[in-house]
Amino acid sequence: MEIIDKKELAPGIVQFLVDAPLIAKKAEPGHFIILRHKENGERIPLTIADFDREQGTITLVCQGIGKSTKEINQMKKGDAFLDLLGPLGTPYPINKLGTVICVAGGLGVAPLYPKAKALHQAGNRVLSLIGAQRKEMLIMTEEMAAVSDEVRYSTDDGSFGHHGFVTALLQQALSEEKVSEIVAVGPVPMMAATVKVAKEFNVPIVVSLNALMIDGTGMCGGCRVTVGGKTKFCCVDGPAFDGALVNFEELLLRQRYYHEQEKEACHRCRLEEAGK
Amino acid sequence: MQARGGGKMRQQMPKQDPEIRWRNFDEVALGFTVEQAQAEADRCLKCKKPMCVQGCPVEIEIPNFIALLAAGQPEAALAKIKEKNSLPAICGRVCPQENQCEKLCVLGKKGEPIAIGALERYCADWGRKEETEAKSTPQETAAKGKVAVVGSGPAGLTAAADLSLMGYKVTLFESLHAPGGVLRYGIPEFRLPKAIVDYEVGNLVKMGVEIKKSCLIGQTLTIDDLFSQDYQAVFIGTGAGLPHFLGIPGENLNSVYSANEFLTRVNLMKAYLFPEYDTPIRIGKRVAVIGAGNVAMDSARTALRLGAEKVIIVYRRSREEMPARLEEIENAEEEGVVFHLLTNPLQLLGDESGNVKTMVCQQMSLGEPDASGRRRPVPILDSEVSFPVDTVVVAIGQGPNPILLKGTAGLNLNKWGYIEVDPETLMTSIPGVFAGGDIVTGAATVIAAMGAGKKAARAIGNYLASKK
Ligand SMILES: Cc1cc2nc3c(=O)[nH]c(=O)nc-3n(C[C@H](O)[C@H](O)[C@H](O)COP(=O)(O)OP(=O)(O)OC[C@H]3O[C@@H](n4cnc5c(N)ncnc54)[C@H](O)[C@@H]3O)c2cc1C
Ligand code: SF4
Ligand code: FES
Repeated sequence: MEIIDKKELAPGIVQFLVDAPLIAKKAEPGHFIILRHKENGERIPLTIADFDREQGTITLVCQGIGKSTKEINQMKKGDAFLDLLGPLGTPYPINKLGTVICVAGGLGVAPLYPKAKALHQAGNRVLSLIGAQRKEMLIMTEEMAAVSDEVRYSTDDGSFGHHGFVTALLQQALSEEKVSEIVAVGPVPMMAATVKVAKEFNVPIVVSLNALMIDGTGMCGGCRVTVGGKTKFCCVDGPAFDGALVNFEELLLRQRYYHEQEKEACHRCRLEEAGK
Repeated sequence: MQARGGGKMRQQMPKQDPEIRWRNFDEVALGFTVEQAQAEADRCLKCKKPMCVQGCPVEIEIPNFIALLAAGQPEAALAKIKEKNSLPAICGRVCPQENQCEKLCVLGKKGEPIAIGALERYCADWGRKEETEAKSTPQETAAKGKVAVVGSGPAGLTAAADLSLMGYKVTLFESLHAPGGVLRYGIPEFRLPKAIVDYEVGNLVKMGVEIKKSCLIGQTLTIDDLFSQDYQAVFIGTGAGLPHFLGIPGENLNSVYSANEFLTRVNLMKAYLFPEYDTPIRIGKRVAVIGAGNVAMDSARTALRLGAEKVIIVYRRSREEMPARLEEIENAEEEGVVFHLLTNPLQLLGDESGNVKTMVCQQMSLGEPDASGRRRPVPILDSEVSFPVDTVVVAIGQGPNPILLKGTAGLNLNKWGYIEVDPETLMTSIPGVFAGGDIVTGAATVIAAMGAGKKAARAIGNYLASKK
């Protein structure tokens, strides 16, 4: 559980290489872990962005948004997480299908990478479409390039690649060639928009959902999402689901839910910092 | 014969005043004083054929321990209890004695039964204060080989303790970051202080049991992995941790929690100490808890302590059918929880941000008895009522925790999805793998889980001895 290496990928986004041999041994694309960084910290779910069975390591990417994730990103090489539970979730099915488009928004690249890598290894043509707010927020570009046959970029402010949303790239790609499947990971509104495009073109789409979680083992039901009109537990049944069936509106409302209190915690930690 | 016991009144457990306690998380029941324990122990008839023992799932020699206590020997009394029950401080607090030992106590026929649970608790608390148990020494390691116990609820804790006493090197695997199972994440501080769970777990560690937290069997390691790591037998006590929902419209609105989530946030993650602890909980002014078991009472009383103004319990049957312990129902009422019985939720309505706003219910009446022998609730036509709510907790029961079951080939389940075992040995369909507690019976009681852990430990001992 020791941090072997640490790298800042973009402002507020940190990549950790963690010693976790048991987890590395069982990890598959689509799996995630839950960690606690200190005694009274939250249980934070993070996708396994990469794993190395020989070295016994896993790679995690954490964006500092709330109090706990900001504190995690302050941790240094040589520090250890207090608890690390995993691998959790159902692995993402990897098949040889033909051409697969991997769409990532923002931090979504991290969870998308192991899937792109496995799909590429399985012999698919992988076309990756990566969107970010601005150029400096683009992460893991080299890694994605290495496992993609082609990568296209978009930024909201036009500082790199296509000026606009990543859905525009998807629309274009789908009108250019025949695609067997789309995999999309990113913020909920981005995934919802991507699913809309996929539906227009009648291409199957898999999304990876990041519901709020506590235990990550199917015990609390806090991560429930509605898929095809049925309640599913994201931590056990997912996190990957058939995008066409996901109720994104509900997911969005549920995610906003703890926002206010998170702000309070952050506010307080900033006050404490100021007081030091 | 009634002269001694029957004549005197049963001692009443001192409690925190409801006016004060409904807003704090400190323990509600305060325990007998020395004088009370003496008086109550004196009241016991020390029956030759004690009925109470028949009601005790682990057959504690009740009259014998009470006699020792009456004779002023609490240490010996505790030792007597511990011959049969390794977690008396916990059982004395949470067992439904009114349905078990105290229900059968002969004094209950004409008057009031002995307060057996309170006396058990008294002995255990005395021992904890005097640190009598610190003596237990680590067992010779690997003397008889290694056994893995999966899940650290009462079933797992008991199996681990007994196997360790029998001379096995035991490793306890727990998926959460803290051991105890429901004792840790479910039952609240005001009913079972976590310091007691810590103390009991600490005793296990002193005995030489190794605890591996944050290890999910079925994912991090499989049962096969355990055998290839030289564990010779495995006990599964993974509990009934899968929350059931009602399946009514609006159930995924915000502020609708499963009791598991609600209680886990508060107990395991200590959200009641937010922001000192980082995990938040949002509690509204008007809270409705659906269900009437212990889990529902715990949720309702926790909601009050988090600051809710009004807490209601909604239950579709009547008072007689409420499964919670009597004491907890009374406690909830004293603290101001309002019960709406024969009331069945139909749907939840939300506001534009997706937060729950209204609970629509239907009134019920009791019809013919159903398969469970309880009278079936039947809807009364045109009897809809609505309650304004801003938090809803669903506490209608749990199912088997699925992860280990899914990840273990060859493990037979019954039609409800629980693990099938040989009733004598608790061995599953996989040789050397045993199971007990809620994962076999469905949600039951702490003591039943402990009884299963005990039985399995004995069977594992026999099984391993016969293999030699
Ligand atoms: C809120 C609440 C209040 C209750 N009140 C009472 C009461 O007053 N009196 C009473 O007698 N009973 C009460 N009960 C019921 C009682 O707590 C249970 O019957 C009892 O805890 C069951 O014990 P167990 O050991 O079978 O499982 P649990 O206590 O459920 O423990 C199972 C443990 O296994 C772990 N686990 C699960 N899967 C895995 C895995 N794959 N790998 C590793 N670990 C795993 C879980 O995290 C958990 O810690 C209550 C229950 C609840 C929820
Ligand atoms: S039945 Fe009642 S009076 Fe008799 S031994 Fe048991 S507790 Fe004492
Ligand atoms: S996180 Fe608790 S059930 Fe999924």
